[in-house]
Amino acid sequence: MIKVTIDGIAVEVEQGSTILEAAKAAGVEIPTLCYLKDVTPEASCRMCMVEIEGMPKLVTACSFPAADGNVVHTRSERVVKARRGVLELLMSNHKTDCFSCPQNGMCKLQDLCFEYGVKDVPFEGVEKPIDDSNKFFTYDPNLCILCHRCVNTCQKRTCRGSIDTTQRGFRSVISPAFGMDWADSNCESCGNCVQACPTGALTMKKQKTYRHWDVEKVLTTCPHCATGCQYYVYVKDNKVVDVEAADGPSNRGLLCVKGRSASFDFAQSDERITTPLIKDRDTGEFKEAGWDEALDLVASKFKDIKNTYGGQALAGFACSRSTNEDIYMLQKMTRVAFESNNTDNCARV
Amino acid sequence: MITIDQLQEIKEKYQDVVNFRREHAEKGTGKYRSHVLVCAGTGCTSSGSPKIADKLEEEIKAAGLEEEVCVIRTGCHGLCALGPVMIIYPEAAFYSNMEIEHIPEIVSEHLVKGNVVTKYLYQETVTEDGIISMNQTNFYKPQNRVALRNCGVINPECIDEYIGTDGYQALAKVLTTMSREDVVKCITDSGLRGRGGGGFPTGKKWQFAMGGAPGIQKYVCCNADEGDPGAFMDRSVLEGDPHVVFEAMAIAGYVIGANQGYIYVRAEYPIAVDRLNIALKQAREYGVLGKDIFGTGFDFDIDLRLGAGAFVCGEETALMTSIEGNRGEPKPRPPFPAVKGLFGQPTILNNVETWANIPQIILRGAEWFASMGTEKSRGTKVFALGGKINNVGLVEIPMGTTLREVVENIGGGIPGGKKFKAAQTGGPSGGCISMENYDVPIDYDNLISIGSMMGSGGLIVMDEDDCMVDIAKFFLEFTVDESCGKCTPCRIGTKRLLELLNKITEGKAEMEDLDRMVELCNLIKENSLCALGQTAPNPVLSTYKYFKDEYIAHVKDKKCPAGKCKNLVSYHIDPEKCIGCTLCAKNCPADAITGEKKQPHEIDGSKCLKCGVCMSKCKKEAIYKA
Repeated sequence: MIKVTIDGIAVEVEQGSTILEAAKAAGVEIPTLCYLKDVTPEASCRMCMVEIEGMPKLVTACSFPAADGNVVHTRSERVVKARRGVLELLMSNHKTDCFSCPQNGMCKLQDLCFEYGVKDVPFEGVEKPIDDSNKFFTYDPNLCILCHRCVNTCQKRTCRGSIDTTQRGFRSVISPAFGMDWADSNCESCGNCVQACPTGALTMKKQKTYRHWDVEKVLTTCPHCATGCQYYVYVKDNKVVDVEAADGPSNRGLLCVKGRSASFDFAQSDERITTPLIKDRDTGEFKEAGWDEALDLVASKFKDIKNTYGGQALAGFACSRSTNEDIYMLQKMTRVAFESNNTDNCARV
Repeated sequence: MITIDQLQEIKEKYQDVVNFRREHAEKGTGKYRSHVLVCAGTGCTSSGSPKIADKLEEEIKAAGLEEEVCVIRTGCHGLCALGPVMIIYPEAAFYSNMEIEHIPEIVSEHLVKGNVVTKYLYQETVTEDGIISMNQTNFYKPQNRVALRNCGVINPECIDEYIGTDGYQALAKVLTTMSREDVVKCITDSGLRGRGGGGFPTGKKWQFAMGGAPGIQKYVCCNADEGDPGAFMDRSVLEGDPHVVFEAMAIAGYVIGANQGYIYVRAEYPIAVDRLNIALKQAREYGVLGKDIFGTGFDFDIDLRLGAGAFVCGEETALMTSIEGNRGEPKPRPPFPAVKGLFGQPTILNNVETWANIPQIILRGAEWFASMGTEKSRGTKVFALGGKINNVGLVEIPMGTTLREVVENIGGGIPGGKKFKAAQTGGPSGGCISMENYDVPIDYDNLISIGSMMGSGGLIVMDEDDCMVDIAKFFLEFTVDESCGKCTPCRIGTKRLLELLNKITEGKAEMEDLDRMVELCNLIKENSLCALGQTAPNPVLSTYKYFKDEYIAHVKDKKCPAGKCKNLVSYHIDPEKCIGCTLCAKNCPADAITGEKKQPHEIDGSKCLKCGVCMSKCKKEAIYKA
């Protein structure tokens, strides 16, 4: 263990901890934009600059290892000046029509500019073309601060490696290889890059249907398969409008394309079946029925089969979208009521 | 695989061949009575030396001299301004500005009859008392060739010639008689510092990489990604003496316990890449690279990696990222490469010129090396002279030589008798040295203290016609273009800085812009991720420090004192001097000049493109800039 002082607060942290981790232990928040937990520090945004006594240069807290006896200042005049300078540069190439940005109110860049008093944009930016080719999300390079959180997420967390920086220097943009459209690449549209984006550069198309302050976040389990990913559903006017991956034990803040973009729209679909339907044998048409009527019919038919052909003629197969409890009940029914061991499910997405 | 005894045999056989071309060396009897060394470096190659060499061989054959005279294509001799160059031994006759038409005469007169053809010689070598050696000329005399010792002397495509001049002797010595610690001590004591620009003590760097668990995979890398505009020191070593780099890397491999080396070389250096490949093949055939070198059980091999030409890949972490097959971008340090470098393993990286010094230090001792140079900067440094200087080329001088000596003596002064204004060292990462520091001894620490840096060795001379704001802009345009775009200050800051400089050179800036400029420079310098960004503002800061009045003239008076910035210059015709010859009007591409024949002409400022053609055409010096 080593002893470090952060803004006057003494803490003990493990050898090898970064200044950022030590600050966290001391309860001191250091602003970051590019930092991504559990991924090798990128140290490119230069927001987390801090001053260590006895060192001539400012260092990036996210990457710099704390040493025993370090006295760190995270809010010194020099540090604040550097951070403000970095923010001014970022803003100098960033569209400022925040009102129409889906990320408004959720944007880390906006929050930091507010905190550090960055108002004016003293330079004119350069307009770059938007990539709207993906069905689920949009990339607007004019809002991109090139923090590479999306790239690192795609390369090091989902391990898909669909995107990287293309071009270089001031012309840099994030894109699939050789600047091809997102839709034409090997991108699976999982949208984890979008969730990693601290600004409005990568936004889900769904984000245009709500504002962040209008929604209630409810933690739940993705119903799509049996992996059991945790996510927050965003509820607006009693309807699910979007989801956000939560840090669940099986998904650690990630989701797949189905979980993020195909697991809840059906809930408020007009075509959704809300009552049991029984087919009229004569006309072939479905007719609405009550639950008792429907269940009685199904139960009597199962009984008929079992009585005529024995339990082995029956099997229970559960849909992957069912919850664990439902699947448990189904296999129970199969074994106990049907007296059959023919039971399985398709929860293998 | 050759043994150490066989190495000695080859050495004895070939040392006469090489010594034949060295002044002050004992001359033995060789197969050929004359050696014709034609420079086949990139400079001379582009000015036509391959055809010269072919023609020579043809003429020599025609004269029936192929058993008596040999033609050797060597690396760079340094005096690129006079290329193609050629030296004939034993007379050491230094022919310059060669043309194919000269060859038959040189063969028939010099090689057949033994009469040196004085008119084609480098005229500095022709004195009233006869012909002097090139080493007595102003250009060569103050030089001390250590890293370049074999360039222009040996045939770079022949490993035997390298062995003939002590090649692979240092490796043999290290492997058979020195411990790892001995070698590090020798390198440390020599005071050798990294020649790529940073000036980090080489011995210390090696020592850092010696630790770690036994048997752990380590790497040795060579930085041959020379990217500074106008710099070609490393290219010349690779083209003229490729084996020296292999030998030094193998020594480092022995010291840190690495069995694999990589040379990261620009694909834009095709001649260097070719020679490296040839040398690599020969070194493997001889077993001086590969398994069980000299039967000592030490394995070391080298592979080439070709860079696609990104300037940032000269930065060590970006270079390693590129070797790994990723986009060449720097990584934060720590961890330093000596702990976690290439493929996450301990790695040392040195630049070509640093490597080129190593074998000589091992063979001649730390004291010999430390006896050259200044107290904190030992040895010599290779510079590529460029810009407004007569002797454009490559020089190797002891550390501590003054800029005045380099420019006025070695460099032969400034063309047209113009006045020296400043010199840029360290390329786009360095700064300018003004007249006020003309006599400061050039070494690592002095250059830093005057706001420049050693850099890898580009030295660009500016004269009174150069605008320092324009020069700063030129270098900044380069860094803006070459910034990888990873970190914010470099990606956006340099671009904004360039916009400010543009504003200044266009006469649109106000005095506050100068303060903003300095503030932005400091922001970029202090907060960028790698050395590219951290040093990018240097050209601006140093020109501002030494030529502040020029900046102020652009901003306040809207004038460019050097008459370089187009927007701040206008062309005028002096009616007193103009004779109405119409030459200017005929040549003006914009039809901006009007006037009757034999009457004074006038320039229409609204049409004028400020190309300056009129001024260069006027025979009466009637046109002036204001």
